[in-house]
Amino acid sequence: MRVTQGCFSFLPDLTDDQILTQVQYCLEKDWAVNLEYTDDPHPRNTYWEMWGLPMFDLKDAKGVLIELAKCRQLHGDKYIRLSGFDSSHGCESIRISFIVNRPAHEDGFRLERVEARGREQRYATRAYSLDRPEGKRY
Amino acid sequence: MNDAPTPAKVNLAEEFDRSGVGPVLKQLDDELIGLAPVKQRIREIAALLLVDNVRRKFGLISEAPTLHMSFTGNPGTGKTTVAQRMSEILHKLGYVRRGHLVSVTRDDLVGQYIGHTAPKTKEILKKAMGGVLFIDEAYYLYRPENERDYGQEAIEILLQVMENQRDDLVVILAGYSDRMNTFFKSNPGLSSRIAHHIDFPDYSAEELELIAQTMLQQMQYRLSESAVLALREYIPLRMMQPHFANARSIRNALDRARLRQANRLFAQKNHQLSRQDLMTIEGDDLRVSRVFA
Repeated sequence: MRVTQGCFSFLPDLTDDQILTQVQYCLEKDWAVNLEYTDDPHPRNTYWEMWGLPMFDLKDAKGVLIELAKCRQLHGDKYIRLSGFDSSHGCESIRISFIVNRPAHEDGFRLERVEARGREQRYATRAYSLDRPEGKRY
Repeated sequence: MNDAPTPAKVNLAEEFDRSGVGPVLKQLDDELIGLAPVKQRIREIAALLLVDNVRRKFGLISEAPTLHMSFTGNPGTGKTTVAQRMSEILHKLGYVRRGHLVSVTRDDLVGQYIGHTAPKTKEILKKAMGGVLFIDEAYYLYRPENERDYGQEAIEILLQVMENQRDDLVVILAGYSDRMNTFFKSNPGLSSRIAHHIDFPDYSAEELELIAQTMLQQMQYRLSESAVLALREYIPLRMMQPHFANARSIRNALDRARLRQANRLFAQKNHQLSRQDLMTIEGDDLRVSRVFA
């Protein structure tokens, strides 16, 4: 099951050229671009591992693509997302975020039914990949 | 791309106008005095890039030329200023995408402990992507007396990027002639990857006088007749002195003259000052200099 979160996630995966154009757009708006990766696809997992530091003071998108290539080399079997941080006063948060890399095969989620007190029924979603330990999920 | 009809003929002059390089080159001519060989070389590079652009229109192969450069010359000969113009020219000709200049020295590239250098150098390279990386006093990167110096690591990363990402950035190494020569001798790989070795000649006394006039004009000062004569005597004397740094020495001399002028005006407190008084540097302001002693 295809994980959809952030921008463009209902579109086919972006090509490197398209990513380049998006990043250039971010840089022209003076946003700091940042790369993060994870192997836990649950939508509530918001804190992903950072790949290096956010890239401040860049003028050209090529620099980000170099980092992305390096990140893919090491974490090509995980989810990688790219986000643009707007530091201007009044915003100071992420303006854009989209997935730039996903595992070759996405297992999807199962619905777990949990019996609670009385006849109450609770539900949880759990990614199949989480059955395996971290680092061996995809 | 290939669908575009190839034009039958192209007018180079029109292409030149369209590129917008003309004004930059003219500005270079007007604002920088002397430096004839440097300007000549910049013109040649501009011509090559322009012809390459036109060749591409005709569907001819035009491989991106290597444009890494080294600027060698004595202190104060305008290396940094030319580098700034260079990034503008290369941008106008479409050779670099953004045309910004990232100016660094050894401290920005070399780390303090093992494993610190590579990320630091790569960080700078990322910032310089699409522009010009200007490494001032590049010979400090290589310290032969300490074989464990991390400078070598920075040089290796630079070499790799200079070779593999030629269309992403242009590297300019700058420094004083003699030390750059030993630097290149001990790093032949670096020397061979640099296509343009540009030497900045020292200024002549007349050129320095012109430079002084331009600087004063920018600062909105003028020289009185006696001051012009004093300056004409001052420059050759200063050139003989040790630590002469061409245009930079002249700038310092003018700064000191302004100081003395202010002091002189202050001494005649009750005098009503005119605009002319405030602008004029007198001969005596220059003649007090220790150079005349």
